[in-house]
Amino acid sequence: MPGREDLKSVLIIGSGPIVIGQACEFDYSGTQACRVLKAEGLRVILVNSNPATIMTDPEFADATYVEPINRETVEKIIAKERPDALLPTLGGQTALNCAVALHEAGVLERYGVELIGANFDAIQRGENREIFKGIVEEIGAEVARSVICHTMDEVLAATEQLGYPVVVRPSFTMGGLGSGFAHDEAELRQIAGAGLAASPTSEVLLEESILGWKEYELELMRDRNDNVVVVCSIENLDPMGVHTGDSITVAPAMTLTDREYQHMRDVAIAVIRKVGVDTGGCNIQFAVHPSTGRMIVIEMNPRVSRSSALASKATGFPIAKIAAKLAIGYTLDEIPNDITKVTPASFEPTLDYVVVKVPRFAFEKFPGADPRLTTHMKSVGEAMAIGRSFPEALQKALRSLEQKGTSFSWDTAPPPLEELLERIRVPHDGRLHEVQQALLAGAGIEQVYAITGIDPWFLDQIVAINEVAADIRLSDDALTADKLLAAKRHGFSDAQIGQLRSLSEEVVREVRHALGVRPVYLTVDTCAAEFAAQTPYLYSSYDEETEVPVGSRPKVLILGSGPNRIGQGVEFDYSCVHASFTLSEAGYETVMVNCNPETVSTDYDTSDRLYFEPLTLEDVLEVVYAEQRTGVVAGVIVQLGGQTPLGLAQRLKDAGVPIVGTSPESIHLAEDRGAFGHVLARAELPAPKHGTATSAEEAVAIANEIGYPVLVRPSYVLGGRGMEIVYDDAGLVAYMSTATEVSHDRPVLVDRFLDEAIEIDVDALFDGTELYLGGVMEHIEEAGIHSGDSACALPPITLGREDIKRIRESTLRLARGIGVRGLMNVQYALSAGVLYVLEANPRASRTVPFVSKATAVPLAKAAARVMMGATIAQLRAEGLLPAAGDGGTLPLDAPIAVKEAVLPFNRFRNAQGQGVDTVLGPEMRSTGEVMGIDEVFGTAYAKSQAAAYGSLPIKGRVFVSVANRDKRHMIFPVKRLADLGFEILATSGTAEVLRRNGVHAKVVRKHSDGPGPDGEPTVVRRVLDGEVDLIVNTPFGGPGQPGPRLDGYEIRTAAVVRGVPCVTTVQGLAAAVQGIEAVSRGDIGVRSLQEHARRLRGERAAR
Amino acid sequence: MTQAILVLEDGRVFRGESFGAEGETFGEVVFNTGMTGYQETLTDPSYHRQIVAMTAPHIGNTGVNDLDPESGRVQVAGYVVRQPARVASNWRAQRSLDQELKNHGVVGIAMPGTRALTRHLRDRGAMRAGISSVEADPRALLSRVLVSPGMAGSDLAAEVATKEPYTVPARGETRFRVAAVDLGIKAMTPYRMAERGCEVTVLPATATAEQILALNPDGVFFSNGPGDPATADGPVAAMRGVLASGKPTFGICFGNQIFGRALGLGTYKLRFGHRGVNQPVQDRRTGRVEISAHNHGFAVEAPLDGPFETPFGRAEVSHVNLNDGCVEGLRLLDRPAFSVQYHPEAAAGPHDSTMLFDQFCALMQHHRSTDPGEGA
Repeated sequence: MPGREDLKSVLIIGSGPIVIGQACEFDYSGTQACRVLKAEGLRVILVNSNPATIMTDPEFADATYVEPINRETVEKIIAKERPDALLPTLGGQTALNCAVALHEAGVLERYGVELIGANFDAIQRGENREIFKGIVEEIGAEVARSVICHTMDEVLAATEQLGYPVVVRPSFTMGGLGSGFAHDEAELRQIAGAGLAASPTSEVLLEESILGWKEYELELMRDRNDNVVVVCSIENLDPMGVHTGDSITVAPAMTLTDREYQHMRDVAIAVIRKVGVDTGGCNIQFAVHPSTGRMIVIEMNPRVSRSSALASKATGFPIAKIAAKLAIGYTLDEIPNDITKVTPASFEPTLDYVVVKVPRFAFEKFPGADPRLTTHMKSVGEAMAIGRSFPEALQKALRSLEQKGTSFSWDTAPPPLEELLERIRVPHDGRLHEVQQALLAGAGIEQVYAITGIDPWFLDQIVAINEVAADIRLSDDALTADKLLAAKRHGFSDAQIGQLRSLSEEVVREVRHALGVRPVYLTVDTCAAEFAAQTPYLYSSYDEETEVPVGSRPKVLILGSGPNRIGQGVEFDYSCVHASFTLSEAGYETVMVNCNPETVSTDYDTSDRLYFEPLTLEDVLEVVYAEQRTGVVAGVIVQLGGQTPLGLAQRLKDAGVPIVGTSPESIHLAEDRGAFGHVLARAELPAPKHGTATSAEEAVAIANEIGYPVLVRPSYVLGGRGMEIVYDDAGLVAYMSTATEVSHDRPVLVDRFLDEAIEIDVDALFDGTELYLGGVMEHIEEAGIHSGDSACALPPITLGREDIKRIRESTLRLARGIGVRGLMNVQYALSAGVLYVLEANPRASRTVPFVSKATAVPLAKAAARVMMGATIAQLRAEGLLPAAGDGGTLPLDAPIAVKEAVLPFNRFRNAQGQGVDTVLGPEMRSTGEVMGIDEVFGTAYAKSQAAAYGSLPIKGRVFVSVANRDKRHMIFPVKRLADLGFEILATSGTAEVLRRNGVHAKVVRKHSDGPGPDGEPTVVRRVLDGEVDLIVNTPFGGPGQPGPRLDGYEIRTAAVVRGVPCVTTVQGLAAAVQGIEAVSRGDIGVRSLQEHARRLRGERAAR
Repeated sequence: MTQAILVLEDGRVFRGESFGAEGETFGEVVFNTGMTGYQETLTDPSYHRQIVAMTAPHIGNTGVNDLDPESGRVQVAGYVVRQPARVASNWRAQRSLDQELKNHGVVGIAMPGTRALTRHLRDRGAMRAGISSVEADPRALLSRVLVSPGMAGSDLAAEVATKEPYTVPARGETRFRVAAVDLGIKAMTPYRMAERGCEVTVLPATATAEQILALNPDGVFFSNGPGDPATADGPVAAMRGVLASGKPTFGICFGNQIFGRALGLGTYKLRFGHRGVNQPVQDRRTGRVEISAHNHGFAVEAPLDGPFETPFGRAEVSHVNLNDGCVEGLRLLDRPAFSVQYHPEAAAGPHDSTMLFDQFCALMQHHRSTDPGEGA
């Protein structure tokens, strides 16, 4: 009997909030692990603070703790649940670090919990650079020459033997945090200083530069019988110097001979054995010198990683799932290959296609951030594409990014060659497009290779793409089937072909269809067609035979959300996955279309069929066509994947595709400002006063008419991009002068900003008759901070029954007026007793998973059913929705859930190496979120803070500096902090107000004052020196205005560097004080979602 | 670009462009799923008279060098790839693959439908085929395919094996002397033995037991090679003579089939064979799985449920393929002889099974210590 009989329960630690370097790939791996272990009959206990994940859905574990991932909390969970084992290798660096902390504190030993997957020693051997280096040398392989340093003096001494440039790598950080290349002493001081601070062990490694070498990764698995397989080889198109998370990567490796590859494989296997990863996966990175072949082992991760998610999707070999099985005692040969069903997992996948992953960046969200790519990961998401050739896969991947300017283009004359050659010298976002342009402008492969280090083979493939483009453009004949096929086999989209022939995308499509040039769909089968695949995981190619199986049940296509980006992440994947599960249960054949390799939706297990395809109109239409040819398509769901599929809705409908749920026309009513105005007017609902302006004069006139402050934003962007709150004429003029693309077609929208309003978020379900209020969330920050960045509480903490009643009524009128079928999200602002409608989105929102978990109701599932025609009454009868009541009528003692946003400020520096500003505003910049859930607000809020940023302090020093408008509101909470025993530091103005109100505040020097005559430090210095435990700093002033705002910037960036909690709104301060009180009282407990749900159900039933 | 066609004996036609030499060629078409090692594959004598189709889409990326070939020439009868490289990019590359094929007069085709071809062969089995860049009419080519020789019943080892014996010296001190019967041996095989201190005398495929034993070797090796083992009566007779002598004996691939026949077992043609570098083979004694390189269209039939009697005493199936359960290794229990159906020398392919050469050396060592009358 395979598997270990002695294990009855396993604790799995997730990876917490989505941050740069640790994204939803760990939701994918954790979800797989939970499913597998549960299916094996084990009791699965899960802890993850991230409510947006699919793994934290109560159905995937027996006990799901949405609690902070730290030693103290996990110890409480262990004490309560007494698991037999802890599986720490599937939750990224967060889980591994937490497991190490638990081990070191003796917790695991105390409760008799066995670490499975990787033991403590193996983790140390893999992660500690010095030990790892010894291991590599012991097995006869090479590492880069290096020196370990603990102080700046050691750092400087080390360069004498290593020379410049030199690489700095801090120990025990994830995603390359704190690492970089230093070209001289100044850079070294800056990078190594940050690295020493970032490393939990104050340790950095300095090593010889291997900049420009070829970079590879191998993904391995090992079982308890010491069987090892290499699941996938990955080659980075960008050579060494760019973090692999920011590189364009290709699987399998393209430019290795068998000798070189086998040598790499031998070394990798020797490393995994020597490190002693008992069971499970690991990832090993290599650098190869391009002209000598010298191979160096860079590092290993003794756990499932971002690359293993990519490798799983690239090969069809589910690394996390198999790692979980190996951890509980199976061997590889005992586990069947899911794809073929007849062969075992003890083999190495072989690919007859090429996989390309491209990163997606968000530099536009962080003005001033340095866009150069380094060993420090900066991308926020990625897209993967599969093709039968590298050009096909590459061009599909680039268009999957849905970002202007990333796809290759030939329409305009390229910039001067010298300029392009200069630009491609340094890796940056969008470099590959410039490489393509340089090759187009006449640069030779050797020339570009010399500058970029990109392998000549890849460059030649891009030349081949340019040649096909030239052929399409230059030939006088009409487009022939052969020409189209050639272009399609090089990955050209209809839009690109149209560009080359001055035709519209639609015309190209019609011509192509008339000529019968359509893609076929091939199977990712792990074995290059050696065996028949039983699991339909498909990708398009302009190849010979299609492999789409014929369906028998009606099909529903679910369009996913594409690459993660700020504003569109795992939350949407959650809704898509839930829809797939529930519709499959309801008898439909579910078909998922998505291109994000990190997600659960692109697991071949999630839906009946998976198409790994870009989410463009062309690609989606072809999938629909392929599905219609093999069965009946009952509907296409565009409402759950965020803005990406929503943006396709109308054009899909125009092409005859059956869109289910809210119609594209109704979507338009909500999205178009004018049309939405009419909806509001008909529903007699108020909105803030507004106007549109195309010049600074017009804007000022409007602002003076509707009154300051005003919220200004360009009309042509989504997601809060370019939004700002302006308080006076000067600020408005400054904004208008920076908003360059203002024109009559693209006016600036000027809205009255409701100062001191409470912002409310509502998720609701509407079936045409009945409204189900999913949840009402009250923002903790005032209106004006993007809802994605604002903390919020559910149920609302200060709204009364009357308010909820008004919200319900308004939401119902909106749902009717728009014509919603399914989910809708509405944002309201409650100001001076008036409930203003800020916006309505007729789709699943970012908060759906949060609401679902806080109220124990699977909203996305219900929405999917409503879209397919079920009524809310039916779903209540079925038990999918509560029999009575909804999220607006939660019982009085329902738990309070607090959502907090997690921001990526620590990832970005400007070109001078300083941090970027951390102030929150109307533009969303958070990458992830956490949830704190408990009986009262203070405790829930404290948990959310602990999960997002580290625990709130209960003693020490608080620094307070607030804008004048906030001074009145801060007195009471600051006084409370003083009463709790905190020492209060303040800038002179703030201190004055506090003292007059009986709070003894010590005055500290502003940053702009500089150090005092006797060397008295500024507040920034004090923060950097670790003398401050909590910062309260509310900003004011407009961009470009000197004074306090810049002071605040310095303070807040110092807070980020030191990891000091920093509150930037007075509302946040009030919440923090409640949280601190809760922590001070001690005795914060843990409770699983299942327990919360049982209580809620009990309460609901009792009423 | 010159057009080319590939026509299978069942009439299926694939179209593409000429790759390598222009002309016309015939052979048994098989697919290879290795993602690396095209140079080793092309020069593997076991592919004699076969048209090899690569499932990996990009072939030729690392060019061709003089260090990696497994024999003195390109052995395949024809080559089918999807996307040949336009530039060779590797620090060891000396010329392009296209040039290499032209130099060796090997006719190839570059065509989009390599996956469709693989699926076709998977379902219908390996079959005869022809590639032509001079014949535009598939029906005309088909008629020539239908009169070309098939693989079943082909005795090909002698065609590729050395005509004269030669010796590969041991690296370092000579510990053992091995007589290796060349049925289509790959360069890496004697190299693997040489690096373990074996001086390897490679003999022609026609070597008899007397000729082999006359060298008084410490051990005898039977190599891989092309063709139908059912026709290899000469090597089978030689193997029986060697086994009767009690000399340590090791066979791989074709050598495994010869061993099987020598033990009285039958061989049969697999539908589409194993050709790749990712096959899971389980050592039935340890339970360990080796990821191994394969190139065989035939296999041995042997009882899997336990030891069985042979003219040379009891034998057992030592290794099985976990994908299809086919026999991958045999071992005599009372005599020092064993064989595997796969390629421990692994060129191309993973090095998981190189310890089999150590086992062979251990057998020779043990045999020498228990039989002091013999040895160097």
